[in-house]
Amino acid sequence: MKIIKSAISGTLESSDLLVKIEPNHGLEIVINSDVNKQFGQQIRLVVEETLNRLNITDGLIIIDDKGALDCVIKARVQSAVLRATEAAINWSQIL
Amino acid sequence: MKKLRRSMLFLPGANAAMLSTSFVYKPDSIMFDLEDAVSVKEKDSARLLVAQTLKLGIYQQQGIETVVRINALDTPFGLDDLEAVVRAGIEVVRLPMTHSEDQVHELENHIERIEKEIGRPVGSTKIIAAIESALGVVNAISIAKSSPRMIGVALAAFDYLVDMQTERGDGTELFYARCAVLHAARVAKIDAFDVVYSNINDDEGFLREVKLIKQLGFNGKSLVNPRQIELLHNAYAPTHKEVEQAKQIVAAAEEGERQGLGVVSLNGKMIDGPIITRARTIIELAQISGTRQEY
Repeated sequence: MKIIKSAISGTLESSDLLVKIEPNHGLEIVINSDVNKQFGQQIRLVVEETLNRLNITDGLIIIDDKGALDCVIKARVQSAVLRATEAAINWSQIL
Repeated sequence: MKKLRRSMLFLPGANAAMLSTSFVYKPDSIMFDLEDAVSVKEKDSARLLVAQTLKLGIYQQQGIETVVRINALDTPFGLDDLEAVVRAGIEVVRLPMTHSEDQVHELENHIERIEKEIGRPVGSTKIIAAIESALGVVNAISIAKSSPRMIGVALAAFDYLVDMQTERGDGTELFYARCAVLHAARVAKIDAFDVVYSNINDDEGFLREVKLIKQLGFNGKSLVNPRQIELLHNAYAPTHKEVEQAKQIVAAAEEGERQGLGVVSLNGKMIDGPIITRARTIIELAQISGTRQEY
């Protein structure tokens, strides 16, 4: 899938995260988190796995995490990507 | 024991914090809401949030039944909701605004297709029909009997009362609908759920309504606030006196069986099959919920 426009998903409420996506040459992931020291690597891993499953190889991904569970991170990244690509949903790829 | 469905707690599907933590309240069933609680611009994100939460399995691990209220299938959102939640392993789909059995057949056709696509056992996804119109109430029996997937019918008051050109009052306005939906459930041998009580600060009014619907025979109630769960479960718990009497009935029945007696009596009253079954249910319920605390 190809990022063709800017998109946002999620909130800055506790237990959630805000995902901002923009078109970019190459894949760049920026993670800001209240629990960055303890869980920064784990958050990055979940974001990378989610993007990989959606075949996203280019894009600027900015994450503002407020202590979200992995399932929330996956869902917010997925919805931001789908909004930014305007691609038809392939459910077997998403779930 | 049959699955208890006393409390069905609504959770807004777009609220990450509530989805991540609400298993701690231990309702019998949790209902992820993708319909009225989610704005149109957040429908896509909320359905993914619910689906990924389901895949994590935190509710299933706690023994809490997972239900989702999807958007109606004639909206742009209903089918995508269904694709997401069936694939993610939802146990029960709640269909809003059910007026006729045709809507249930349409839903089950879609569910069956998805189940086959992903290799989920056909028939494993169950259905609850929400009845929220005069037409739905009149058709309640055919709706309740429309599918082997159907595990319950739920009365929803807001739209029904608008349709009936009245408003929430002392319960008189819901009397016919409650009785009709409950009879439909009993004809179909499935569960019946009462309406939400939306004034969360009025415990007295809530308990008055719970007493009424329990006496009518409802299995439980849809809830909008976690603090109503304990009140509801306690109201449905048997009293200490009921449990003691049930134990005496079961003991007398077992003694009669040992002696090969066809008919058993206790304190001069005959004990037959339905009374023994009821007594065993009371004992099992007490083992789960304890006995009723009087406040």
